[in-house]
Amino acid sequence: MSLTSIFFTFFFYISVLIFITGVSYKIVQYWQTPAPLKIPIAPAPLNRSGVLLRIAREVFLFQSLFKASKWTWIFGWSFHLALVLLFFRHLVYFWPGEIPTILLKTEPLKYAAYPLIFGLLGLLGRRLFVDRVRYISAPSDYLMLLLLIVIGGSGMLMTFAQNHPNMLLVKNFAEGLITFNWSELPSELLFLAHIFLVFLLIAIFPISKLLHAPGIFFSPTLNQVDNARKKRHISRWARNKESHKKIDLEQNLDEDK
Amino acid sequence: MSENSIEKLPTYLEIPAIKKDSMAGNGPFKASAEVQSELGFPGEKVENWQQLAIDKMAETKSKYRSVQVFLDACVKCGACTDKCHYYLGTADPKNMPVARQDLFRSVYRRHFTFAGKYFPKLVGAKELDEAMLDDWYNYFHQCSQCRRCAVFCPYGIDTAEISMAAREVMNVIGVGQKYPNQILGKINKIGNNLGMPEPALRDTLEDLEEEIKEETGVTVKLPLDIKDSEVLMVTPSADFFAEPHIDGLIGYAKVFHQSGVSWTLSSYASEAANFGMFIGNYDVMKQGAIRIRKAALDLNVKRVIVGECGHAWRVAYSFWNTLTGLGSGGNDEYSLKLQQQLDSNYPQPQHIIEFTYDLIQQDKLLFDKSKNDHRVVTFHDSCNVARGSNMGDIENGQFILPREVIKAACNNFADMPKGTIKASTFCCGGGGGLLTDDLIELRIKGAKPRMHALKQTEERNGVNTLAAICAICKSQFSKVLPNYEFDPYMIVSVHQLVSDAIILSDDSENSNNQAL
Repeated sequence: MSLTSIFFTFFFYISVLIFITGVSYKIVQYWQTPAPLKIPIAPAPLNRSGVLLRIAREVFLFQSLFKASKWTWIFGWSFHLALVLLFFRHLVYFWPGEIPTILLKTEPLKYAAYPLIFGLLGLLGRRLFVDRVRYISAPSDYLMLLLLIVIGGSGMLMTFAQNHPNMLLVKNFAEGLITFNWSELPSELLFLAHIFLVFLLIAIFPISKLLHAPGIFFSPTLNQVDNARKKRHISRWARNKESHKKIDLEQNLDEDK
Repeated sequence: MSENSIEKLPTYLEIPAIKKDSMAGNGPFKASAEVQSELGFPGEKVENWQQLAIDKMAETKSKYRSVQVFLDACVKCGACTDKCHYYLGTADPKNMPVARQDLFRSVYRRHFTFAGKYFPKLVGAKELDEAMLDDWYNYFHQCSQCRRCAVFCPYGIDTAEISMAAREVMNVIGVGQKYPNQILGKINKIGNNLGMPEPALRDTLEDLEEEIKEETGVTVKLPLDIKDSEVLMVTPSADFFAEPHIDGLIGYAKVFHQSGVSWTLSSYASEAANFGMFIGNYDVMKQGAIRIRKAALDLNVKRVIVGECGHAWRVAYSFWNTLTGLGSGGNDEYSLKLQQQLDSNYPQPQHIIEFTYDLIQQDKLLFDKSKNDHRVVTFHDSCNVARGSNMGDIENGQFILPREVIKAACNNFADMPKGTIKASTFCCGGGGGLLTDDLIELRIKGAKPRMHALKQTEERNGVNTLAAICAICKSQFSKVLPNYEFDPYMIVSVHQLVSDAIILSDDSENSNNQAL
């Protein structure tokens, strides 16, 4: 195998390893950190199914963002939707063995690259030209967008400008990564840049604001049922405090009668 | 801007261009050593304050999932940037919710994240130095913890949680705010925010009884410390002395009178307000709640009802069960004792609006609505009620019930524009521990979006009365309404409207009423 192939093969595994350990660490951290008080935000669902619906509306439709800013919603939503579609488009490369028919029919999904770039440019434009958003932007906020734009742009150049590397080589390489049956990867620079940045994106996921993805499921304002009066909600640390000092209750009953 | 200058109101509320440092300053008065030490905080800024603050941040984020998740999840999308009334009123970019959080988040990143430790410039991570601490003190006391930003955040990031955490960290290193901390000292010692002792309270209530008797000819009681009453009424102490609050208290008394339900106030727990929430301190908040539970147990009541107070209702509705087991569903010894005593036919605690609403639904209250015909009423949804609680245990009950109570007592009601009410309501500008004269400029400017919405309703519907169910909102509006060319007396309690229209039956009739 060429040095390039070896490098990219390693880089892939390292990125995925960082992603899995990093994200698992954060998820465990969020999971284990108690939410000591009921703080659901209005309009707060009064039961569990209401909460599930609410989370679903936020995850799939970006409901709150829609209420907040139509422009940010259009850009943000089209980018995320396109990203999901393009993820499915790419599955065909990684699928080991016989490819399910559904994955063979995903070719039209390549056009999702347009809303992807449209959304990203819109978000970048807001960051640059809306004074409030410019004020809150750190270099990493721009870089994240640039990273995604270059990933999307390089993908589009390969797909729509007839620069596509040999499909079979790509497939062998990608499938090889999954099946540990490594093979050479195409040497086109555009392709190398594309996958380098994707692997980079995977690697920085757990140490960047991309943590909004797991975070949304743990957000107490969104995921709590508004039933504090009916059901006592108490965290581990607060409960421990109580058992340490049962006096709280006794004090109540005896003192200053 | 001076206190008396009048804001001009544009026909639509403009999102201002940012004006850096327009609200820079030293923040509100700091708490004295004495005040601080009463709450168990250091009297002055401790020597190793930086390390202590970082340690406290670590502790806080390990105890509050909200803080940990919110610090990580923000993508700086900007959705919240034009949602805070203080930003809309002051144009200071650090009053944009995300920028306010970033004061805290940048330090979090510097000390607790890989990227912030090794690439601080790249991710905007910053050290907690003197300048940063000054910004914390100034700008975390320009947040009324109204949570409007959280309604619009795609991740539900709630700036109030961050501002509470920051205030807690500051208190722990000895940098506390005078106004809430002084008040907390009084409630812990005497039982209410005013430091009003039992005899003064008793006098006040007797005066009120006389006043009602003179006005209506009916003997309406305001009982204090009566054991074995059905209801313990806990209300913000402002209801005992401040205008227009006191007319609301009279309203509660008349409603209880008509209902035939025996009730009592407590001199030991004569305060519903709980500023422990504002400073983000679980234990201090719990102390306040425990006083009320003790009063409920000592007075052997069957129900606990809370008066018109925004954050108090949030604490009561959302936190009391957690803090003290006052509520249902607890199976620990801690809760069981209370559950045996309290009447499980009713939610515990209840809001006075829920109590009055239920009576109206059962046709137990009669109104002469024409008594309010000189009024065109609009309702200000107080932020803590609107975004942090419920009423009636129906979806959006906290918006429906108060309006229904108003409509039962008034013929003319009109809402302010959509987007400024209900879940999206604008804060009065004085909540969250900011209702102090040393922050008057901020309070006036922060009221701008609410005043603007009010102006629109005045023009469209001839609204001349602003009703609210929060002691802080009422005080704040009384103060700032004149700055926007409104009559300061247009702000009333919802139960003042009830009080003015309710038809009282005389004492003999009343005694025949069945207890609810």
